[in-house]
Amino acid sequence: MVTPVTSLGRNGLYDWLIQRVSAVIIGVYLIFMLGYLMTAGDLDFASWKAFMGSICMQIANTLLVIAVAAHTWVGLWGVTTDYLTSLTFGKAATGVRLIAQVAIALALVVYLLWGLVLIWGGA
Amino acid sequence: MKVSIYRYNPETDREPSMKEYEVDTQGKDLMVLDILALVKEQDQSLAYRRSCREGVCGSDGMNMNGKNGLACITPLSQVAPGVLEGKKPLILRPLPGLPVIRDLVVDMGMFYNQYEKVQPYLQNNTPAPAIERLQSPEERAKIDGLYECILCACCSTSCPSFWWNPDKFLGPAALLQSYRFLADSRDNATEERLSKLDDPFSLFRCHGIMNCVSVCPKGLNPTRAIGHIRSMLLERGI
Repeated sequence: MVTPVTSLGRNGLYDWLIQRVSAVIIGVYLIFMLGYLMTAGDLDFASWKAFMGSICMQIANTLLVIAVAAHTWVGLWGVTTDYLTSLTFGKAATGVRLIAQVAIALALVVYLLWGLVLIWGGA
Repeated sequence: MKVSIYRYNPETDREPSMKEYEVDTQGKDLMVLDILALVKEQDQSLAYRRSCREGVCGSDGMNMNGKNGLACITPLSQVAPGVLEGKKPLILRPLPGLPVIRDLVVDMGMFYNQYEKVQPYLQNNTPAPAIERLQSPEERAKIDGLYECILCACCSTSCPSFWWNPDKFLGPAALLQSYRFLADSRDNATEERLSKLDDPFSLFRCHGIMNCVSVCPKGLNPTRAIGHIRSMLLERGI
């Protein structure tokens, strides 16, 4: 049995579940937003701000930001462990993979914090 | 007709190459293995595996015009359109993703290692009955479509997840065998078997590409078996 330490759930089943659940959240959000934009009529800044400032949308946006971050990590972790291996990079593979994973993780943390500040910052 | 064959002899060649042969089929829809026999008459140095020549032993798995299959039960007309008529060459390569020993002969070591990991034998720690462990016809039916695998490796070597992680991802053939024993009413090592599959690689590297299903010469469906194991893991894990 392989026990990777950088996978999100550290377990195949959890990673698989996280990927599916986050995909459902992203899908439902996209369909809802599409429906809203098609039925909302003329949107101006004030009505858009009021809509996004409601507590329901703040919670929905928070869920979306977390779902996108989790989905991206599980997906890209799979890509890095498929393609950045000793088959393609020889002995340098571990270093290459580590650098790629750290870069992706840092980008996602920045994205997550930035998203939360935008949603809950109230500016 | 033209036949193009992957040739590599590590003792004399620096790198592999494709060699062209001309074979007279007299217009017959021969099996690919028959074509190899005709080529072998011209060039005794060609190496390939074969045994039963009727799709039972699984020795002559190879890549024919881009698709894995057994040479002995694949007629020219099924390889690709235009091959039988001589409009296109027959292109034979070893199974992809495994180290080549020589020409069309590959080292199956990695494939068998993964097979060994799933403990492909009946395990039951209850006292053996006087005669045999009985199964109802319904219980027996559950291993149909699983036990028929001949371990030719056509499926695992057509799977990109197996190409990238042949040491960590078990591959469709081994996972089909794993489910063959998980589904067997006489086996009670279910928990031990499932606990070994629960990491991100062994089973969950299957992304449902289904190359395994499209190439299996016995018409089996490893992707469905993997889905069943995933459901068992889900029931056990949540």
